[in-house]
Amino acid sequence: MAFLSYLISGLGLGSVYAIIALGYSMVYGIAKMLNFAHGDIIMVGAYVAFYMLSSFGMPVIPSVLISIVVCLVLGVVIERLAYKPLRQASSLAVLITAIGVSYFLENGALLLWGADTKIFPNALPQGSLDLGSLSVSYLSLLTIGVNIVIMVCLTLFINKTKTGRAMRACSEDKGAATLMGINVNRIISITFAIGSGLAAIAAVLLCSAYPSVYPTLGSMPGIKAFTAAVFGGIGSIPGAFLGGLLLGVIEIFARAYISTQLSDAIVFAVLIVVLLIKPTGLLGKKTSEKV
Amino acid sequence: MNYKTFMKGGMAALMAMSLVACSSSASTTSSSSSSSAGAIKIGASGPLTGNAAVYGTAVKNAAQLAVDEINAAGGQQYEFKAEDDQADAEKAVTAYNNLVDWGMQLSLGTVTSGAGQAASPLYKEDSIFALTPSASSTGVIYKDMKDSSTAYGNIFQMCFTDPNQGTASAVYLNEHKDLGTKVGTIYCSDDNYSTGLETNFEAKAKELGVEVVGKQTFQTNATDFSVQVKQLADAGANVIFMPIYYQPATLILQEAKKQGVKATFFGCDGMDGILSQDGFDKTLAEGLYMLTPFSADSTDEKTASFVKAYKAKYNETPNQFAADAYDAVYAIAQAAKAANLTSSMKAKDMCSAMVKQFTSMTFTGTTGSNVTWKATGEVSKDPKAIVVKDGAYVSAK
Repeated sequence: MAFLSYLISGLGLGSVYAIIALGYSMVYGIAKMLNFAHGDIIMVGAYVAFYMLSSFGMPVIPSVLISIVVCLVLGVVIERLAYKPLRQASSLAVLITAIGVSYFLENGALLLWGADTKIFPNALPQGSLDLGSLSVSYLSLLTIGVNIVIMVCLTLFINKTKTGRAMRACSEDKGAATLMGINVNRIISITFAIGSGLAAIAAVLLCSAYPSVYPTLGSMPGIKAFTAAVFGGIGSIPGAFLGGLLLGVIEIFARAYISTQLSDAIVFAVLIVVLLIKPTGLLGKKTSEKV
Repeated sequence: MNYKTFMKGGMAALMAMSLVACSSSASTTSSSSSSSAGAIKIGASGPLTGNAAVYGTAVKNAAQLAVDEINAAGGQQYEFKAEDDQADAEKAVTAYNNLVDWGMQLSLGTVTSGAGQAASPLYKEDSIFALTPSASSTGVIYKDMKDSSTAYGNIFQMCFTDPNQGTASAVYLNEHKDLGTKVGTIYCSDDNYSTGLETNFEAKAKELGVEVVGKQTFQTNATDFSVQVKQLADAGANVIFMPIYYQPATLILQEAKKQGVKATFFGCDGMDGILSQDGFDKTLAEGLYMLTPFSADSTDEKTASFVKAYKAKYNETPNQFAADAYDAVYAIAQAAKAANLTSSMKAKDMCSAMVKQFTSMTFTGTTGSNVTWKATGEVSKDPKAIVVKDGAYVSAK
C-alpha cells in the first residue's frame, strides 16, 4: 500500500520534471544548445503568474497566458542578446553564457522582487481523487494531462507544419537549411519562444504543487529536469516525458526506501550511470533521429 | 594601435573599473552617516538580502531604534552600522573587514550562525567585543562547537544556544503532554542550526522519557516532503518537532494538510516570520507552536513600549530577532555605562571591560528578565512558547 502511495507521489513529482524537461529537450533538439537558463525563465514565469494572480486578482487562464507571453518575449530576447552572437563559437562558450544568463536572471529577480519567499496562491484545483486508502491529487493528474497534450501538439507541429519541417531542417544542417531558403534566425527564435512558453506553463504547475516563490526557485528543479531530459534521451520529446516520470519515481523511492539524505545524490548518480552506459539516454538514438 | 588592441585594452580597463566599483559599493550605508564626535561605534552584519533577509532587516531596524532611543536620552552617544552578509560565511568575512575599516569598536556580531562561525575567529583575533542577538550555534562562541573549554571569551549571545533551544523544547513538550506524546522530528541535515537543535532535543527527550517515534531529514531547498510526512504519520506521531526555518516548514504544513495528517507542529526561533510571508494562508499555521523568548502581544511594560515604538517607526510588528537586537543594544549600553567606556578607547580595551561587565551583571529586557551570562558567552534565561491562533502569535501557557 505504501509502495503504491509512493509510486503515485513519484509520478506526480515526475510529471513536473517532465514538463520542464520538455523545454530543455526541445531547445536542444532544434538549436543544439543546452539552455541552462531555462530554470530561471521558469522562475520569472512563476513571479509573473504570482503577481497576476494575487496582486491583480486575475483568474487562472489569463494569468497563465500573460506569463506565457512574458516568458516568450524573455526567451527570444535572451536568445538574440546572449546566444546568437555565439552561433559559430564552441558549445562550451554557449554553455558558460547560459550559466551567466542564469545568474543574471536570478539576481535581477532578487533586485526586482526582493528576497522574501512568496507563497503561490491556490489557483489550481487542490483536492484529490480518493481510491480506497490511496489518493491521487487532481494537480498531478492535470500536470500529466498537460504533459500529454503538449507532447502531442509539439509532435504534430514538428512533423506536420511547414515551420516544423523548417525546424527539423535547421537541426540537421543550418547551412543547408539557409541554402534552401529557410530563415534560420527566425526558426531559432521560434524554438526559444516555444521553449520559454513551455517554461511558463511549467512554472504555474510547479508552483501550484510546491508554492514557494523565490529568486532561485528554478535552479534545483532545472538541474533535476535536465538530468531527466538526458536520462530520457536529450532531443527526444517522448524521452523527456519518460525521463521526467522515471526520475520523479526514482527520487521518491530513493527517499522512502534508501535514505532521505541520499535521495538527491542518487538522482544525480542516475545521470552518471546513464551517461556511462547509454549516453544517448533511454529513447535517444545515436544518429540523427531528431525532434 | 589597431582596432583589436584598442578594444582589448578598453575591455580590460572596463572590467578593472567595474571590479573596483563592485567592491566599494558592496557595503550598505548606515542611516546616521554624520560621524558624531564622541560616539561609540557599534557594528553588525546580517542577511539584508537573500532567504534570511527577514532576520537581518529586523535586527538592523531594531538596533537602530535602540541606538536612537539611547542617544535621545542623553549621555554617551552611539553610532550604528549594519553590513549585508547574506547569511553567507565568505560575505560575513568581507562585512567584518568593512566594519573594521569603518572603525567598529563594539559589535552585535552576525545574525546567523553560519556567518558567525566564519566571523568569530576574526573578532577573537582583533579582540572586539561582540554580543550577537541571534547567531545561536555554539560554533559562534566556541572554537570547537562541541567543547565549551574552547570558548572565545569575547563573543556573547543574547539568544539561547541551539543546544539550549533543543533541550528547552524537549522540556516544554515533556511538561505539556496535552500537545501529544508521540514525537516525530523532521530537520534539515545540511544545516548546522537545524542539526544542532535536533541532536540536543533528542538527547534531552531520551533523558526525560519523551517518546520519539520517527526522525526524518531533508536538504536545503527541498520542495517535496511527501515521503517524510507520510513516514512520520505512519509511525503515529502526534507532535511534529521542526527545528527548521519557516520556508520549508510552510511546505511541510501544506503537505501535512494534503495528506490529512493531524498533529501539533512545534518549531523554534527559525519558525518566526512564517505568518508574514506574502500570500501565506494563515490557517495553514493554525495551532503551530514555537519556542521563543519574545512575544509581541505580551503585556509587560518593556515589551509593550518596544512594540509600540517599532510599529510607529517601521509599520510592522517586530519579531523575536528584532527584540533580541533591541535588547542586545540596551545590554551593551548598560555594560558600557557601568564600565565608563568612552569613544576614545581602543576596541581591545573596551573588550576586556565589557567581558568583565557581562559576566557579572543582570539584565532585564523584552526577551527575558534577570538575564545573565556565563564566561563562555552563553545566556541564561527562561524559554517561553507562543502559538498561532486566528492568524496571530499568542503567548502559550
